[in-house]
Amino acid sequence: MEIKKSTSLLRLGLRRLLFLVSLGLFGALFSATLVRFAPGFGVEERELDPRWSASSVEALRRQQALHQGLPSFYFHYLSALAHGDLGQSDSLKRPVGELLRQRLPITGNSVLRGLGLAWLAASLLALLGLASRGWLFAASTTALNSLLLSLPAAVVAMLAVYLRTPVFFAIAVVVFPRLYSYIRSLLLRAYDQPHVLAARARGLGSSVILCRHILPLAAPPLLALIGVSFAISFGAAIPIEALSDSPGLGQLAWHAALGRDLPLIVNVTLVVSLIMLAANVFADLAGRTFAGNAP
Amino acid sequence: MIRRLSVVLSLAIALCCPAFVAAQSAGQSGGELHFCLHGEPKTFNPLLVEDGQSETIRYLTGGVLIRLNRQTQALEPGLATSWKVSADGRTIKFHLRSGLHFSDGTSFTSEDVAYTMKALMDPQLHSPTGDSFRSGEGQIAIQTPSADTIVVTFPSPVAGLDRLFDQVAILSAHSSKKEMAVLGPFYVADYTPGSYVLLRRNTYYWKKDKEGKPLPYLDSIRLDIQRNHDIEILRFRRGEIHLINSLDADLFDRLKKESPAAAHDAGPSLDSEFVWFNQVPTAAFLEYKKVWFRTTEFRRAISLAINRADLSRIVYGGHAQPAYGPISPANHFWFNSALPTPQYDSAAALRLLAGAGFHFDGNTLRDGLGNPVEFTVITSTGNKPREQMVAMIQQDLSQIGIKVNIVTLDFPSLIERITRTYDYEACLLGFTNSDLDPNSQMNVWLSSAENHQWNPRQSKPATAWEAEIDRLMQAQASATSDKKRKADWDRVQQIVAEQQPFIYLINRDAMSAISPAVIGSAPSVLDPHAFWNAEVLRLGSDPSLGAQK
Amino acid sequence: MKPLQKVAASILCVIFVLMVLATFLLPAHYAQQFRDIPNAGPSPAHLLGTDALGRDSLSRLLYGTRVSLLLAPAAALLSTFIAALLGSAAGLLGGWFERIVLAATDLSLALPWLFLLLVVRALLPLDVPPLVSVAIAFLMMGLLGWQASVRVICAAARGVRDSDFLLLARSSGCKPVRLLLRHVAPNLRPLFYVQFFISIPLFILTEANLSILGLGVMEPMPSWGNLMRGFEDFSMLSANPWRLAPLVLLVTVVMCFQLVLPSQEVTQ
Repeated sequence: MEIKKSTSLLRLGLRRLLFLVSLGLFGALFSATLVRFAPGFGVEERELDPRWSASSVEALRRQQALHQGLPSFYFHYLSALAHGDLGQSDSLKRPVGELLRQRLPITGNSVLRGLGLAWLAASLLALLGLASRGWLFAASTTALNSLLLSLPAAVVAMLAVYLRTPVFFAIAVVVFPRLYSYIRSLLLRAYDQPHVLAARARGLGSSVILCRHILPLAAPPLLALIGVSFAISFGAAIPIEALSDSPGLGQLAWHAALGRDLPLIVNVTLVVSLIMLAANVFADLAGRTFAGNAP
Repeated sequence: MIRRLSVVLSLAIALCCPAFVAAQSAGQSGGELHFCLHGEPKTFNPLLVEDGQSETIRYLTGGVLIRLNRQTQALEPGLATSWKVSADGRTIKFHLRSGLHFSDGTSFTSEDVAYTMKALMDPQLHSPTGDSFRSGEGQIAIQTPSADTIVVTFPSPVAGLDRLFDQVAILSAHSSKKEMAVLGPFYVADYTPGSYVLLRRNTYYWKKDKEGKPLPYLDSIRLDIQRNHDIEILRFRRGEIHLINSLDADLFDRLKKESPAAAHDAGPSLDSEFVWFNQVPTAAFLEYKKVWFRTTEFRRAISLAINRADLSRIVYGGHAQPAYGPISPANHFWFNSALPTPQYDSAAALRLLAGAGFHFDGNTLRDGLGNPVEFTVITSTGNKPREQMVAMIQQDLSQIGIKVNIVTLDFPSLIERITRTYDYEACLLGFTNSDLDPNSQMNVWLSSAENHQWNPRQSKPATAWEAEIDRLMQAQASATSDKKRKADWDRVQQIVAEQQPFIYLINRDAMSAISPAVIGSAPSVLDPHAFWNAEVLRLGSDPSLGAQK
Repeated sequence: MKPLQKVAASILCVIFVLMVLATFLLPAHYAQQFRDIPNAGPSPAHLLGTDALGRDSLSRLLYGTRVSLLLAPAAALLSTFIAALLGSAAGLLGGWFERIVLAATDLSLALPWLFLLLVVRALLPLDVPPLVSVAIAFLMMGLLGWQASVRVICAAARGVRDSDFLLLARSSGCKPVRLLLRHVAPNLRPLFYVQFFISIPLFILTEANLSILGLGVMEPMPSWGNLMRGFEDFSMLSANPWRLAPLVLLVTVVMCFQLVLPSQEVTQ
């Protein structure tokens, strides 16, 4: 019975993975189409430089024309991708694979640390709130939460630059309030469930109640939340990195969009879609698994 | 339980705290200049340089035959001890210094210069440096009579030939390091993409100071890649970087208030900002508007109705001068000082317009057919001075009844509109000029050229004055004496002042920030403003320098 | 309503009234430049001082409040409409349609929406009046901001799908479209209203973020976001604290919205 369940889960996972990859590729090709037909494609700032001779400008335009045919671009891109070659960035003149390999760890680092900090702070604060039900605590945390939620991510980024805090702290500040309100309402709902009430009436210790009754109830939506919060923090990383000039994926995406760099946009979209989709798939699967295993 | 939780919470926060504390690194070891590049250098090959960052690296690492002294604006011997340009302007002969070596020890001879020039003039190579030499069709001829003489002959005369060699960094013909073997004061020691470029002193550098000590004084130069100007100035204030080569006016004022010794305004630069009207006959906007833009009186009236003094005072905080022509007064030799400088006068503007058939009823200006005068000015997004200037021009022109709409576009879309689709009415842009000799602007003034922005690529000149400018451009390109060329250029500037195809607004000042710890700096109006004399710069002790990276 | 909610609601009412009366309260036109007094401090004539071009800051703030507060609900309306349509259809039909809609939701979060905004800006004809271009900017935000509500609506629609009355309706041969419009949608209407009200502060924040980055409302038209563009200069802010007025106003309004509304699930 157990083996059957795990194999069906495995098959589900594989199917999802395939779906995910094809969706990611679809997203990448969609953004390629967008870039190709957007105004300003194939035009470079060097066209305004009067030092270039007419023949040089002609030669440059002819070179740009190689990108013109969209079906051929798809074909070349996909076949190169099959070989592991992601092409070369037009504006930075370096292989896209190398750029991604350099910048992904930086963004990943900030996102994971920011997420970790936000989760830690949100969970601890929510648990504290559970233990002390006084109105002062509730009011002040609601006010703080509200305040942090109301700050635009761009302002948080500017503050982070000024106070010289690392990027992950800004990401944590942006994600924390969203997590806190949800975790708090989840834990409160779980705390007021009849069987938990019964356990409390019986005089069970708070830590026992927490581990054996509340957490298993709250686990599936919390795990789903991990995926969603990952997507949120990744999304917040882009304007934050752009404003604090951190050399990560966000800044690369910003630069690629402004510079109409087709190979870069396509690949960054692919990577970002895969990551976001994977996070949500993980959240979904985890939620399902634990929902199945809950007593 | 609360107590336990609070302990865990505070522990967690304490664990994360070390990450918040900015890294404290060891103090400076005396001799590393530290400043920022505003983007990634796209190439280290000096022949292919087209962006500002690569040009900075080329300036600091490349050895050139003739160097333009940024302060005196005169040419100085570099790798060549002397040179002679022939009477017909086609041939140049150099006497090179002997006994010099590249940064990796390879010896320097005329063969390297020949190799560099051949690579530069290769028709397959497309670069601004090479194109500056391409005055006509044909191959160049190079002779190397000895190891320290070289003669280069071009197929047709090249205007200002000797000055162009300031851009040509000599490559080694034999070194295994290819373009990384250099003759300049520094060489590229380390490059981490996205992070920094480290240049170290070239121990083989030929130049010595007056006492015979080898240059450069600095041990190394560290160039951090920092796109954000606000973060850059923050780091300058904290003493993490020693100079900022080019400052915007508002950042300059901010800095001036705090550390007046560090902020330097060298005076008007060669850069200009201007606005022009689309005069392309096939452009996709209303016909009657095309008639307005082609009317000289209309353009001159607009020029009179714009308050340049206000633009300079408010947008640039006084760090700009009103401009009336393509050549900045900072360009001592080529500027036509006899040009008229019409002051802001909206009444005179209205009189001119009335003479051209326009009618102002106190509220709206209308043309002869009764159409209200209204047009859209496009400019690039993200450039605060430009956005502010358009807003001020909008108000200025509303005084004479003209309604101006403002649209800001991102650069690629903007360029597409002005170079391909011609789907715009008026545009405000700037020109960053690094060249004293206006011959580099040939492609702006020739009516058949790409950069003749208001009506590019004409098969034959659309107006008599454009035909005259064409004739003058051809004349100055083949003229052999600078005096004759200056006469031609003076006449071009006069025509531009009369016809206003480009309505010049201001020449901004060359502003830079240099820490008092940098000894020997002499900010100039020519780029690179702050470190043009990098080889004689030195770092001294300065109490304001705290912990640096 | 709890006392906190009452306070928040009354603050919102006051601000809305101020915004409506803004035309009569504006000391000067938002684009008028008083060139003799750029960057001035507060004075009787200019209560919040002037900006870099000498334009009255209070007028710009009031006009910007109008721009942000009138157009954010428009964007919220559009996004809620799209989310309602997609979410309820997905929840009702289930199966592969639901999977595709949810996948498209996740995917659209990863797409370069930044780029799309640039493109739309560049595609607009040049003679579009500034207010129309601002409205288009907000509509674009609405078109791109529906993802947050879709999951919630989908889950709720799934719940309705399994309810008895719907089973009855389906068994009596009701067509899917009619099911959606006549049975599912009315039941979900309270949820739609909630999502609409939740989205408003989100769009206010989105506009602020975009304008600070330079992609939102274009100069010279003011909005809360582009009034905050000069905030990188903290020394200037500490010397002229009245410049923080747009941020204070934005935070106050968004906080009030959040306090008035019931606590919600995690949204983007």
